[in-house]
Amino acid sequence: MTPTLQLFLIISAALFCIGLLAALSRRHAIFILIGIEMMLAAAGLNFIAFWRFGPQPAPPTGVMITIFAIAIAAAEAAVGLALVIAVYRHYRTTNVDQIDQLKG
Amino acid sequence: MSNWIAAHLWLIPVVPLAASFAILSLTNSRRSLAASLAVCGQVVAFVLSLAAFWPTLQTPGYRAFHNFTWFTFGEQALRLGFVLDPLAAVMLIMITLVSLCIFVFSVGYMAADEHFTRFFAYLSFFSAAMLGVVIANSLLLLFICWELVGLASYLLIGFWIHKPSAAAAAKKAFITTRIGDLGFFLGMLWLYGRSGTLLFYDGGNGALEQTALLSLGASATFIALLIFCGAVGKSGQFPLHVWLPDAMEGPTPVSALIHAATMVAAGVFLVARVYPLFSLGALHGVTASLTVVVWIGVITALISALIALAQPDIKRILAYSTVSQLGLMMVSLGVGGVAAGIMHLLAHGFFKALLFLGSGSVIHACHDEQDIRHMGGLRRVMPVTFVTYAIGMMALSGVPLFFSGAWTKEEILHATSLWSPSRVPYWLMLIGVVLTALYMTRQMIYVFFGPRRTAAEHAHESPPVMTLPLIMLAFCAIVFSVVLTPAWPWLHDYLSGERPILNFGLFIQQALYLALVLVALGVGLGILIYRRASEIDPVERALPPVFHFLRNRMWLDELYDRTVLALARFAAQLSDFLDRYLWDGIVRFLGALAQLFASLTKGFDEGGINARVDDTADAARGFGQLISRVQSGQVQVYLSVIALGMVALLIFYAWLT
Amino acid sequence: MSSLGFFLIAIFTLAAGLAAATMPKLIHAALCFALTFVGVAAFYFLLGAEFVGLVQVFVYVGAVAVLIVFTILLTPRDAEKDRSFKWSGAWIALVVFGGLLWAILKTPRLGTAAPVISALSVRQIGKILMTDYVWPLQCVGVLLTAALIGALVLVMEEKR
Repeated sequence: MTPTLQLFLIISAALFCIGLLAALSRRHAIFILIGIEMMLAAAGLNFIAFWRFGPQPAPPTGVMITIFAIAIAAAEAAVGLALVIAVYRHYRTTNVDQIDQLKG
Repeated sequence: MSNWIAAHLWLIPVVPLAASFAILSLTNSRRSLAASLAVCGQVVAFVLSLAAFWPTLQTPGYRAFHNFTWFTFGEQALRLGFVLDPLAAVMLIMITLVSLCIFVFSVGYMAADEHFTRFFAYLSFFSAAMLGVVIANSLLLLFICWELVGLASYLLIGFWIHKPSAAAAAKKAFITTRIGDLGFFLGMLWLYGRSGTLLFYDGGNGALEQTALLSLGASATFIALLIFCGAVGKSGQFPLHVWLPDAMEGPTPVSALIHAATMVAAGVFLVARVYPLFSLGALHGVTASLTVVVWIGVITALISALIALAQPDIKRILAYSTVSQLGLMMVSLGVGGVAAGIMHLLAHGFFKALLFLGSGSVIHACHDEQDIRHMGGLRRVMPVTFVTYAIGMMALSGVPLFFSGAWTKEEILHATSLWSPSRVPYWLMLIGVVLTALYMTRQMIYVFFGPRRTAAEHAHESPPVMTLPLIMLAFCAIVFSVVLTPAWPWLHDYLSGERPILNFGLFIQQALYLALVLVALGVGLGILIYRRASEIDPVERALPPVFHFLRNRMWLDELYDRTVLALARFAAQLSDFLDRYLWDGIVRFLGALAQLFASLTKGFDEGGINARVDDTADAARGFGQLISRVQSGQVQVYLSVIALGMVALLIFYAWLT
Repeated sequence: MSSLGFFLIAIFTLAAGLAAATMPKLIHAALCFALTFVGVAAFYFLLGAEFVGLVQVFVYVGAVAVLIVFTILLTPRDAEKDRSFKWSGAWIALVVFGGLLWAILKTPRLGTAAPVISALSVRQIGKILMTDYVWPLQCVGVLLTAALIGALVLVMEEKR
């Protein structure tokens, strides 16, 4: 069957949820980052899919957004990893369950 | 002139009163000034009394009254007033004259005392109050002055404040007379209630005038008896006579003034004043209230004469003698001889004061010794005192002819013999006369005759300031008899409101012989028994139990102590007990109730209200803690919430469209 | 568009993703994570956005995945097996997937075939970047600079 937009959306939703799974179900801090990156990637996929299946000729808005999203994702990943290293240095652990100083 | 003095009768008591207040403001050192003020006050009062006496001589049955309103309450007004009639006039003269003599005597007698000024202040105050009693036209005003007289006598009996016996005697006098005054007050209230007025004479509306008397009816007897209670207390009648002998604790001038001449006479005066109440509805001059008066007077006269026979203290003998004579006066009033009674009162005032002052002179000479068994043979060293004392004694005993006491006693005996209900008072009175002569003879012999015993060894005559009043009073005692003889019953008629007639034929009467016999019997017996008087009384040697009984005043004081006073003590203890446990208990109980209530409130406040507030706070805190668990601090939890929220929003949005 | 290619890439990507989420060893998970992005890049190629796909490979696989690997190396404590697995996370992910699926399926007119497009050249992208999207470009530049400096500051050793 030809891949329809619906299918692409389902795939990206699945990828998003896998990313969420990664973020929520593991104890290591890096897994959260991994999950977040995956979620971002799924979102980018969504954008490209909509651009492709949208009315043509279309300005490459979806593409541009995706490019910028990737750039931002990179920046965010850098900072996030720096944070993980800093937290590790301070608390000697990467177990997010143990990093709950903001507990109310 | 007569109108002026009648309208300004109030000056007579006010002048000594002003003198009293003036003296009170002086210090102890201004002695001569104090004495002068007091004596001058009395002189002025005496002169005014003479001025008041004059108009009463003009008209027989003179009566001038002057009423004023004291205060009004609502529509009623309380009125007081002054009255001038023969009774008041003669009393005024007697009181002011005797007071004057005694004041002068006191200057010498109290010279050594350090509270000289206070003494004269009290004396003047007493004089003022007594004069107020005499001229009062309202039973209320009389009562007020009566109470003031009682106060003055308390102050004077207890004058030597450092002596506990004096203080006790003053208290006893005041309380005993108070018991009588209670009856007086009740009688006064009753009278006011029934007749609506307390004025004696009010132009026809007074309580002693026809209209009011008729409205009283049978209650007049009871009112009269209640008022008589006051007289019983003040005049020392049985059973309230117990204060009079103890009152001898005061200085001798006090005894002379108060307990011989004036204050005790107030009771007799009172009965004479309200006589219309006593004699209302009289049958042959006899009513129930008057009968009571007679019997009480007789009992008093006889008992006190017997007791006087066994007393060793010179003043006590005279005190009991006073009580006896007052009883005699009451008898006289009771049997209808009002004028005779008043005459005896006046005469008694003079010679009893004379006797007391004479005893004062003797005591002073014997350096404050009062026991007659330690005196003796003073007639040689104190001639003036001896002569005047003898005159007084003869007047009291009733030696006829020259001595006033005889005439008045004779009148009284005469009236008593005519009393219809019974002859017993008459015979008892005869015995009384004999006894009077007997105990006076005893006293005379012990004090002035015989060997000079212990205290009399260094005696000497008193200074003129003391002897002059004695002479003055002795003179009065003799001269007074001039107006008392039956030949010229001037005083009798003056008091009864009749015109006096001179009739020498009545000079010698049957009663005169009887009196002569009785007195001779008494004096003779006295000389016989006591001629060898010594430390031990002859009667005591002969009849020890009788003497002992009389010596201890018939144990009446002890009886009162066991009964009335014991009851009073019990009542006091009961009240104290009740007060301490019952009333105090109630108060404390109420206090405990209040405390209980307070603690309940506190408990409610703390437990009920505070707890609710605290619980609310705890609930808020708990809720907060509960909610804050949302802030787990864990990133994944936050992320989950975001994801779920996002899905919810998404579905909601999709469902909407 | 080839549906076979689509399915192959789809399976590959999802499988790699799942592996990345569930593998016990962290290094393995990181490497699978890189493979996931390769798959996504393939998707991009399939959809005709070749430039984006290449960028994806460069940035994600070349930079981010490597960065993650380096971080794993720098935090050796828990680099060993992390066998714990929270099932609550799985349930939530499932719920979210269910919701998203429901929303997608509910939306009508999504079943159209892919229209034919003219190829998007790099030249076009470059042109647009410098004209319409010049501001976002600059901003991203600044953002990247800031992120770089920030990351350095965070990771810097504290001077004693």
